[in-house]
Amino acid sequence: MSRIAKALSIAALAATLAACSSVNLDDKAGANGTGSADGSGILDPFNPNSILAKQKSVYFDFGSYTVSEQYRTIVETHGKYLVSAPQQRVVIEGNTDARGGSEYNLALGQRRAEAVRRMLTLIGVSDTQVETISFGKEKPKALGDTDADYAENRRADFNYKR
Amino acid sequence: MKFDRPSNISRTRQSYGFIAKQWLVLLIAMLTMFGLNAPSVAQLRVDISGTGAQQYPVAIADFSGEPAGKQIAEVIRADLTRSGQFRMINTTGSALTVDTPIAYDEWRGKGADFIAYGTVLRGSDGRYEVKYRLGDTVKKGQLDGVAFTGTEKELRRIAHQIADRIYEKITGIKGVFATRIAYVLKQGPTYELQIADADGQNPQVALRSREPIISPAWSPDGSRLAYVSFESGKPVVYVHQLATSKRLPVANYKGNNSAPAWSPDGNTLAVVLTRDGLSQIYVVNATDGSGLRRITRSPLIDTEPTFSPDGRSIYFTSDRSGSPQVYQVGLDGGEPRRVTFNGGYNISPRISPDGKTLLTVTRRDGTFRVASLNLATGSENLLTEGRDDQSPSFAPNGMQVLYAAVQGGRSVLAGVSSDGRVRQTLSVLNGEIREPTWGPFSQ
Repeated sequence: MSRIAKALSIAALAATLAACSSVNLDDKAGANGTGSADGSGILDPFNPNSILAKQKSVYFDFGSYTVSEQYRTIVETHGKYLVSAPQQRVVIEGNTDARGGSEYNLALGQRRAEAVRRMLTLIGVSDTQVETISFGKEKPKALGDTDADYAENRRADFNYKR
Repeated sequence: MKFDRPSNISRTRQSYGFIAKQWLVLLIAMLTMFGLNAPSVAQLRVDISGTGAQQYPVAIADFSGEPAGKQIAEVIRADLTRSGQFRMINTTGSALTVDTPIAYDEWRGKGADFIAYGTVLRGSDGRYEVKYRLGDTVKKGQLDGVAFTGTEKELRRIAHQIADRIYEKITGIKGVFATRIAYVLKQGPTYELQIADADGQNPQVALRSREPIISPAWSPDGSRLAYVSFESGKPVVYVHQLATSKRLPVANYKGNNSAPAWSPDGNTLAVVLTRDGLSQIYVVNATDGSGLRRITRSPLIDTEPTFSPDGRSIYFTSDRSGSPQVYQVGLDGGEPRRVTFNGGYNISPRISPDGKTLLTVTRRDGTFRVASLNLATGSENLLTEGRDDQSPSFAPNGMQVLYAAVQGGRSVLAGVSSDGRVRQTLSVLNGEIREPTWGPFSQ
């Protein structure tokens, strides 16, 4: 099976799953439908146009280690894809802002990654598909020290492994 | 008075000749170990503020034998001054050699309770002989007299050794001027694990990486460093043999591997793993990572283990109470005991060599500062006043604390006396210093 054919069949499966649950109208993850011209409906984490490549970050409030309502759909979309692709492995990478000690932040980043993993487990993703790691405050995406920079760095990313 | 104890000199000369040979071996080993042997471009500048509760007035005369004699005296003066426990008496124009009879009353009249003096001689083989004496102007007698030999490169180290002897003879406490420190220097996208003398001089690169390096920890004998490297894409704990540059991952499980801490006998490493969920503390064999055993079991975070000096318990950071606090648990298990109660954020525990004082990083009014907690009385002393002071560690004699501070938006190396009275910063002109940790006494 070609890569595209595989991706399309997975997209169709995801659409079926999405139809079974209620979805907000402005829910980006669920509303794109299948086979849109720009490819965003394709569930292929290695296709840069796919929603899995475009929306791979879950952001957290200050001092928070639970996935907020706003990002549940993103996690669900990734979860449904992973259920449909049981051979696919993913690393959830937790991050924190720069405040506090290196090791404690490493542990806090892990809490964020674990919060995402637990949601994936509830959706039915196998434990063997998911590894959670943390970069703590060591690999910040935003390098400044404004509140906006800190918010950008309180994050867990889906990093798919080929 | 002249050479009142010649036998002492010759005896110590012999023993120090042996040690100098060991240094030479170490030096060669170090040249090998650093591979490229690239000297670091980082230069340090030292700033000191405050004075100790008690200051011994000492005169350190320039040693005879230019220019090395003057340089050695300067290193000794800088070492003793940095401790905050000594006040330097002016010795200008003293022109003493190691054989000069000392006019004790004259030096006492100038305010010096102690006088150190010596001679440097360069032999025909290019090696140096450094002879020094320490006199007590109150008791009017010699406290110490030793000779060292070494190469030109070893002269700084000899000066640190002399400063250690002066420090110990006068205070009764072992000196730490000849010890080493480790830290991570970040320059642009490059991370370097560096080892330097305790005064920040002579930095050498042990590991260079494009990925973060954190949490370096010295083995008790100073021969190995454990640390966390992200080079494989995630945190993995390595043990690095400094003399051979050989390194081995000792904890590389699913998830994170971090926060290595050595047991006092050097046989065991405590590490933090997330293989079973959130961060928990385990122990492994330090040589090969075998014998994995879980120490803590909590539903939340347990991290930053550090062994008590007797090796029977571990202090660590846990947020089991809702905020990060320091706990103590026996290695045989049992219920952990909470140790810190002041404020809502106490992390990075470090215990003093005598086991009586606990250092933490504590958050107060939005700033992170190094706090010192007397474990018997519960009284707390905030040692630092910075905005983001991190990674404290005790000198092996417990008299000084090394930490990372932020100044002018950059991380620098900073030191403070254990009573908080004397502070110093060692500014790097190029790059950020992180995760400093003070090494053990040299062996």
